[in-house]
Amino acid sequence: MTRVVRDPSRPVATLELVCPAGTPAALRTAVDAGAHTVYCGFRDETNARNFPGLNFNRQELKDGVAYAHDHGADVLVAINTFPAAGNLDPWHRAIDDAAEMGADAAILADIGLVEYALKTHKTLRRHLSVQAAASTPEGVNFYAREFGIHRVVLPRVLTLPEIKELNRHTEVETEVFVFGGLCVMAEGRCSLSSYVTGKSPNKNGVCSPASHTEYTEHGSGLDSKLGGFTINRFAEGEPAGYPTLCKGRFSANDKLSYLFEEPTSLNLLTMLPEVADAGVTALKIEGRQRGKAYVEKVVKAFRAAVDALERGETLDAAAIADLTEGGRETAGAYKKAWH
Amino acid sequence: MTKASAKTAKLTLGPLLFNWSNDKRRDMYFRVADETDIDTVVLGEVVCSKRTPFQTPLWPEVIDRLTAAGKEVVFSTQALILSSREMSAMRDLVSDETLYFEANDIAVDDMLKGRRHMIGPMMNVYNEGTLATLAANGADRICVPVELSGAATGVLAASGIMEVEAFVFGRMPLAIAARCYHARAHNLAKDTCKYVCNLDADGMTVDTLDGKPFLAVNGTQTMSYTVANLAAEIPALLEMGVSRFRISPHDVDIVHIANLFRGVITGTTDPAELLNETDGLIDGAPNSNGFFYDVEGLKYKTAE
Repeated sequence: MTRVVRDPSRPVATLELVCPAGTPAALRTAVDAGAHTVYCGFRDETNARNFPGLNFNRQELKDGVAYAHDHGADVLVAINTFPAAGNLDPWHRAIDDAAEMGADAAILADIGLVEYALKTHKTLRRHLSVQAAASTPEGVNFYAREFGIHRVVLPRVLTLPEIKELNRHTEVETEVFVFGGLCVMAEGRCSLSSYVTGKSPNKNGVCSPASHTEYTEHGSGLDSKLGGFTINRFAEGEPAGYPTLCKGRFSANDKLSYLFEEPTSLNLLTMLPEVADAGVTALKIEGRQRGKAYVEKVVKAFRAAVDALERGETLDAAAIADLTEGGRETAGAYKKAWH
Repeated sequence: MTKASAKTAKLTLGPLLFNWSNDKRRDMYFRVADETDIDTVVLGEVVCSKRTPFQTPLWPEVIDRLTAAGKEVVFSTQALILSSREMSAMRDLVSDETLYFEANDIAVDDMLKGRRHMIGPMMNVYNEGTLATLAANGADRICVPVELSGAATGVLAASGIMEVEAFVFGRMPLAIAARCYHARAHNLAKDTCKYVCNLDADGMTVDTLDGKPFLAVNGTQTMSYTVANLAAEIPALLEMGVSRFRISPHDVDIVHIANLFRGVITGTTDPAELLNETDGLIDGAPNSNGFFYDVEGLKYKTAE
């Protein structure tokens, strides 16, 4: 399948770097830092990062698209929550407006919505969101055959050999997460947040929302809580992490541990050659909730890495060190040992 | 669709989500065949493909016994398919044209294209648009996701697109992963798990640091600690046109629970009596119905 680009004269990158734009300012920062593509969402429940202070109103998106296009970058609009029964209009309108404003693709999760996009805006590229949980060639090919999807964002539950195998059996472009937050559950198939807070990624576009967090003193340390449940405990002076539900310490089988996942983040910077070899089209950086400084640093590092890879050069060790400093990181499910 | 009739409403026993021995499984299904007026029984392994080979020899006799007792048999399928081997196993399974299947993944739904089948609660169906697309593919029944509110369930039922079933009893499946948390809790890897999930017939309780029960783990599946019980909401669900009610198997007197639910449906049992019986019954866990009211799923809200 040929990639449909906005400007056919513009060269297509070997690996397309897809970068987060939580705000208009972050969009410009990402584009300036070398993003081939940015992704963003409207300021409502239609997108899976529905946080206060984030996202775009209609005019901001229009301006953002103009800025990106002027600088040779594409804009993807995430409309990737599941429309509420009996109230499909806001989601349909989001697709209509994204198409109208010249977005290069819509990122969609709901089957009915993908069908709506196909029927209503045939020329708007359709990307299947990670929230759609298409983890197999058969699942991906279903969406390709029935709804002509151009690209799928793969769940972070697959190993690199599994991704390579999937790419052998589909014509659909694949996009994989390479940096940022790491979901340990199959994305789009997790109701843990709504179980504890009433708000879910699928329905409301939020996971472990800040409105339900609290930090309480425990002895000389601090407990981080979500919905009244202690997610983690920190000693005096230790930096207290955000209480993401599945990244806490829990007790099971009489053992206290990070049962689901340690509070690590994903980083595949040093694995890009293997990622490229697996046949993926695009690399996704997570973090629409992140500030401009973060976006600039990560996008620059990955763009340098992608360019180096394209020139057949090895990665600059200093750039890697700069990006990984301090954080706890993992290659997640991409490496089999994680399971 | 209009209001569902309490007389014709159907009771479904969902797929056993836990890793029980074949003897224990057989005993439950035979009792269900002999001692309940459950209409439909869902068989099959939903959670982990490593459990499947043990169950395969059991299914023919269970299907025979249930069918002989006049029960409809539904065969369910895996929720998260990760390998081509697992996909082939699904393809082999659904090649049996005599069975009515439940799809929990879009790939399996696609294999059933053009055939009557149902949609399981692990598929993301939140609205009538998606329901219509799946109906066009051959689905004629859905057990809605546990996260769906009563109001949304009502919209799906009122659309008349397909028969709607609600999950009314049992620990709720909340998430599925490639990783096995049962194995991790026992310092094992998934590949060499020693099937430790068979140690917890209702799931392994997960407590917070301060000892508060939080969740339950069932292999690669994460479940609610609380036990969903929508007994008090059954009249409202019937009113909305929901015509099927699913109870999920647990290591309790499921025959007794099923009979109480039948009583609630027909109006001969007070929901309060059923709620009282199940409160604390499974590992001391309380009832919950929060998702129905679009609030925290772990909560129990008294109907106004």
